[in-house]
Amino acid sequence: MTTRLLEMRNISKRFPGVLALDDVSFDLNASEIHALVGENGAGKSTLINILGGVYDYDGSIVVANDVAIVHQELSLIPEFSIAENIALGREPHRHGVIDWDALYARARRVLDQLQLKLDPHTITGTLGIGQQHLVEIAKALSHDARILVLDEPTAALTDNEAEVLFAILERLRERGAGIIYISHKLGEVFRLADRITVLRDGRAVSTDAKSSLDLTTVIARMVGRDVTQFFPTSAREPRDVVFEARNVRGVSFTVRRGEVLGIAGLVGAGRSELVTAIFCEGGEISINGEPVTIKHPWDAIAAGIGFVTEDRKRYGLLLDQTVLMNETLAAPKTDLATAERSMRELRIKAQSIDDIVGTLSGGNQQKVVLAKWLLTHPKVLFLDEPTRGIDIGAKQEIYQQIDRLASDGMAIVLVSSELPEILGLSDRILVLHKGRITGEFDRQSATAEAVMACATGHAA
Amino acid sequence: MKLRAYTMVIALVVIWIYFQIRTGLFLYPVNLANLFKQMCVTGVLAVGMLLVIVARQIDLSVGSLVGLAGGIAAMSQGWGLGASFLSAIVVGLIAGAVQGTLVAYAEIPSFIVTLGGLLTWRGMILYLTKGETIPVRLPVFRSLGIALLTPVSGIVIAAIAIGFLLWRRRFIAAILAGVFVAMMNAQGGVPLPVIVLVAVAIAAHFLTQHTIFGRYLYAIGSNPDAARLSGINSRRHILIAFALLGALVGVAALLHTGRVGSASPDAGTLMELDAIAACVIGGTSLMGGRGKVAGALLGAMIMASLDNGMSLLSVENATQYVIKGIVLVAAVGFDMAGRKRFQ
Repeated sequence: MTTRLLEMRNISKRFPGVLALDDVSFDLNASEIHALVGENGAGKSTLINILGGVYDYDGSIVVANDVAIVHQELSLIPEFSIAENIALGREPHRHGVIDWDALYARARRVLDQLQLKLDPHTITGTLGIGQQHLVEIAKALSHDARILVLDEPTAALTDNEAEVLFAILERLRERGAGIIYISHKLGEVFRLADRITVLRDGRAVSTDAKSSLDLTTVIARMVGRDVTQFFPTSAREPRDVVFEARNVRGVSFTVRRGEVLGIAGLVGAGRSELVTAIFCEGGEISINGEPVTIKHPWDAIAAGIGFVTEDRKRYGLLLDQTVLMNETLAAPKTDLATAERSMRELRIKAQSIDDIVGTLSGGNQQKVVLAKWLLTHPKVLFLDEPTRGIDIGAKQEIYQQIDRLASDGMAIVLVSSELPEILGLSDRILVLHKGRITGEFDRQSATAEAVMACATGHAA
Repeated sequence: MKLRAYTMVIALVVIWIYFQIRTGLFLYPVNLANLFKQMCVTGVLAVGMLLVIVARQIDLSVGSLVGLAGGIAAMSQGWGLGASFLSAIVVGLIAGAVQGTLVAYAEIPSFIVTLGGLLTWRGMILYLTKGETIPVRLPVFRSLGIALLTPVSGIVIAAIAIGFLLWRRRFIAAILAGVFVAMMNAQGGVPLPVIVLVAVAIAAHFLTQHTIFGRYLYAIGSNPDAARLSGINSRRHILIAFALLGALVGVAALLHTGRVGSASPDAGTLMELDAIAACVIGGTSLMGGRGKVAGALLGAMIMASLDNGMSLLSVENATQYVIKGIVLVAAVGFDMAGRKRFQ
């Protein structure tokens, strides 16, 4: 007989103008990993925030135990030691004076339980981002909660770190914990979950045991439509070389007109560093055979390089400014009509070009970043993780744009951590491992296994 | 952090050696005693300022509040020493709590609230004193700013301090404490205000490093969202930090008024800038989450050394301002160049 840890019944939540959750029921048993999947905006975060007590709601929730939520954004104090972060908000103390011995002993116990080989005295900010996420998870688990919610926990983890996390989650499940697992990475979901609930447009579409599901079914339910033609690939004939980098951070490569060059690799392989270095510091770069000197991004823009940066909120957008302001930031001489045409062509869903970018959905924000760089009329366009954290519908639109731009003769360099994306869109693929090229494939010879082997440094 | 601390210590030593060579008497016990007496007011203010800066706030009003609290203390001498001292601290505490409430609960940026405070407190003391300077009549009040401990009590305090420091294996600090008391005794004794500063500093160090309240100030300053999600009541902590700073401003006002011997309505002008500069030179980040009491004291000592040395060299007031301004900006500039956390 299974024990119910959590029962959410007929939950509805209305925000001004939107019904974010519509009569959603969700439950969780002991010794279970229950995955929650859906496009961005499907209502996953709202549901979790209701569980965390952030919003009020209609419906009923019965909880058998404390709930610990690991949010997507880090909630750590970088200046504090690992142990202080694990204890934050619940420090052992006598009359307000911290009992350091007890605090460190407790942290060590939690880290040991998770079999994490970290020194609790280490200052958290000196850890890599993946290890910080593991500390975050340790912090959540230190609360002795039997219900654990993980929101996109592997987004910033390397494959090795993700393996550590998966092992931890499996051990917790064995010990009777119930885990709600939210992820865009359906591979992980299928590997870990016992049951999978699909949310779409604020409704729970289905809850099924994993054994009765397959990947295509889940994707179809998430999107609400068939996804056969997921990666558009027009027949293209790459022409002459447009862009050449020689020995930038030890890497040399070329891109041709009408070609999509994919750069694959694990997080930390140096992909973003490479494209950022080209754009910000230059090196031996030539465009259309002419050497160009790049000392600053404005040189790169003038030379005809566009750079859709990763992390749009941090590097890509002025969130409290308008679509127009953002679109024309790198090409300030653009006239209004051109900016509006670009907004229509990219199908940016906003009431008007004067809407504040921060109010748009992630997918539409990403399209604004793309529009910004297209308005500089680049000869070569670098895209760094262009579809991270956006929903499948918006992803497909970005894919179509990439395909269209390449067909129109632009040279495109695509950096992505999502292997299917690289495999599906690229004419040619470079694989980086520890900052060096460890493999090159053309479309015909590229397989997921071969690319991963190079990316992990295990290629023959 | 470590490297930065050493850089500032080296900077202080270089400044001292330079002034010693140029003046020939900078490092004499009599002058060092002067230097330490001078740094006490800034030191107490800097320690208080640290509490609000680590929580990512700022207080621009402390100079005016020194004037107000010192003035009220001088005006209430008629009710006795206790009432006089208490009034300064209570006035500071209330003013700080009012500003803290406006920052934490009304969510008005602290820059604005305390800019308003800067004007308001100064206006109040001008009104209360009608622009007149009030002399300090109570001898104990006067001695708070200038009195020397007898050499014997200095030795007793030094023995206790050295014993404690040896127990905590702080050997260099123990040696410095011994050298300091010996030098002060050589010119008559340890100045009383230095003892006040040391007591304030020890209490604040303990508060910031070993209590939940203190650690939460850092957490709030470093990552407000994380602090909130960890169940920390940021508002109350910010309010209390401002109130504590206010109380310490009261203490600084007593030291300052006692040392000068009178409370003038423009007392304390620009002291907020010295206090903020001391924190920042001592490694406190205006972005919150970073900074220690020892650093703030080091910063206060660097500022006081510049003041003292330049006065000995008869550097003009105008030049002194320019040099202090450059030192402040340069110190932070080196810090940023050394940090380069991004890219």
